[in-house]
Amino acid sequence: MNKLILTLLVFVSSSYSVASGGAVSLDHADIDLSDKESLQRGAKNYINYCYGCHSLDYVRYNRIASDLDLTESQVVDYLIFDESKYTSLMENAIVDADAKKWFGATPPDLTMINRIKGSPDWVYTYLKGFYKDEARPWGVNNTVFPDVGMPHVLFELQGLCAHAPVSEDHVVYDSLSENQTHESGCEEFEIAGSMNAEEFDEFVLDLTNFIAYVGEPWKLKSHKIGKWVMFYLLVLLVFSIAYYRELWKDVH
Amino acid sequence: MSDKNSIMQWVDARLPITSAYEKHMSKYYAPKNFNFWYVFGILAMVVLVNQILTGVWLTMFFEATPGGGPESLEYIRREVPLGWLIQALHAVGASMFFIVIYMHMFRGVMYGSYQKPRELIWVFGMAIYLVLMAEGFMGYVIPWGQMSFWGAKVIVSLVGALPLIGDDLVIWVQGDYIPSGATQSRFFSLHVIALPLVLCLLVFLHILALHEVGSNNPDGIDIKKRLDSKGVPVDGIPFHPYYTLGKDMVGLIIFLIIFLGFVFFMPEGGGYFLEHANFEPANPLKTPEHIAPTWYFGTFYSILRAITFDIGPIPSKLGGVIAMGGAIAILFVLPWLDRSPVRSWRYKGWMSKVAIVLFAIAFVTLMKLGTMPATKGATILAQVCTAIYFLFFLAMPFYTKFEKCKPVPERLTK
Repeated sequence: MNKLILTLLVFVSSSYSVASGGAVSLDHADIDLSDKESLQRGAKNYINYCYGCHSLDYVRYNRIASDLDLTESQVVDYLIFDESKYTSLMENAIVDADAKKWFGATPPDLTMINRIKGSPDWVYTYLKGFYKDEARPWGVNNTVFPDVGMPHVLFELQGLCAHAPVSEDHVVYDSLSENQTHESGCEEFEIAGSMNAEEFDEFVLDLTNFIAYVGEPWKLKSHKIGKWVMFYLLVLLVFSIAYYRELWKDVH
Repeated sequence: MSDKNSIMQWVDARLPITSAYEKHMSKYYAPKNFNFWYVFGILAMVVLVNQILTGVWLTMFFEATPGGGPESLEYIRREVPLGWLIQALHAVGASMFFIVIYMHMFRGVMYGSYQKPRELIWVFGMAIYLVLMAEGFMGYVIPWGQMSFWGAKVIVSLVGALPLIGDDLVIWVQGDYIPSGATQSRFFSLHVIALPLVLCLLVFLHILALHEVGSNNPDGIDIKKRLDSKGVPVDGIPFHPYYTLGKDMVGLIIFLIIFLGFVFFMPEGGGYFLEHANFEPANPLKTPEHIAPTWYFGTFYSILRAITFDIGPIPSKLGGVIAMGGAIAILFVLPWLDRSPVRSWRYKGWMSKVAIVLFAIAFVTLMKLGTMPATKGATILAQVCTAIYFLFFLAMPFYTKFEKCKPVPERLTK
């Protein structure tokens, strides 16, 4: 029992101390919030692989439906698997206290994760960053979030990487031929997954896109209104300068 | 027409509307050579109105409890119609307020707008700045994110540096042993009612004092010395409509393009207006790797951290608090430190010009350093800049008195 508590303490304290990342170089997530199909796939992936543990407490199912062009029946049939209503917040069924016992730390709500990290690159690199590490309780570790309490839930898709994956920044170019001599990502798989590297990247990108969307669902609307506001102000500026010149004629 | 006149006459006999309009707008004669630097007073008024209006709507939906803070903010952003816009206007507006105020203050330093007979305008202005800092700090604490909590913890603990009563005072200010719901709700009350009331009163006094003595100008010349036959300054033009609808309107629209550009496209201001870590709800058990104040407190936070050594019996922490307090307090007495016979730096000697430029560089450098971790090199740089900051003020009575000034022209230059 004491040993268990000690393990948990080490677990929790270590996941706290590095939770904010540090100076790991991140891969660039080239997401597109206006790509509705990507967001729809991302929503599906999120429900299937993440939602069991990570709630989206500030988001409602119907908001996702209207933003991602999904019908009510599509949402009810494919996204809701519990007693939730179409208008409910996306709160999952896992009990925080249980989750803390099982994983050492409660899996955080992910609504705001992209805003907390400041860029979608963190989630994108994190999801691709699992590799084999027998010293860890789940047999895996992560390049972006060392000693994370989370198991490799995308294992069956990606496979199990034997060593820490290489980040985009560390790609080596041959100085003479200017060829890339070193692929980024996982170099060697201990166990193969059902997807190849490209398919998996696409999968993670969709997921990242969706997580970025739930952080700021109004972002596209903001850009759209913003462009009109800028246009209006520029027109007004022209008139304002003309009026100023007319008014000040007799001053100079 | 006659109806309208008789209504105005009726009102004017009871309330000085026409005379107030003339005194402050249509017959308030402002120097005609106002440049770029003179738009920031008006802009500060616009931002103040923006903060009050958006604040009224945010207060309708915001819940000042530790759990309710982050939750109700997300509710506002996601479920209140255009709530994301109101919230962004308020958050970006806070940073804009400080940008505008810093430009406004620097204008005063360059052109000697604080000199006789405008000392009270400067003192009221400094009081506004002080209240604004309290307002900004408390506004940053009440959402109860990670930086809210840890920022509150760091800043409130400064009170604890006071000898004897410090520790008890911290508990009294917080209403608890650590920043908690008690702290949050009292800060909320001060942020939405007490401080804005004081702020509006001070702004009123600031403008009343200004309109009593009249505006300074880039030449630092008193335009009231040369009047035409009607008693109107020959170098003055009516504030309305020449500035209100003319020059200031152009400035206002350019400002709005920048302000709303941030609101719509970059509401976090690259992590400077809203720090990324503050999107995470406060967790008293998890200290962030790097606790940084928002950029507008950077200068004084740097001065606080620059005192890394004990000064005689004064421990370094108290020394830092004294230095920070002194850096703000010394601004209040600026009108009495400047002994120059001329106002504007255009006609001051080379020493004043060098001093003002060095001061501006030191101020901005300290501001930048305040948002960065205090490494060894950064600390030394902060100490050098702190020395420049204080020397600018403490040496002012000497370099302004003994330097050779240029003759000031009789009339305004272009």
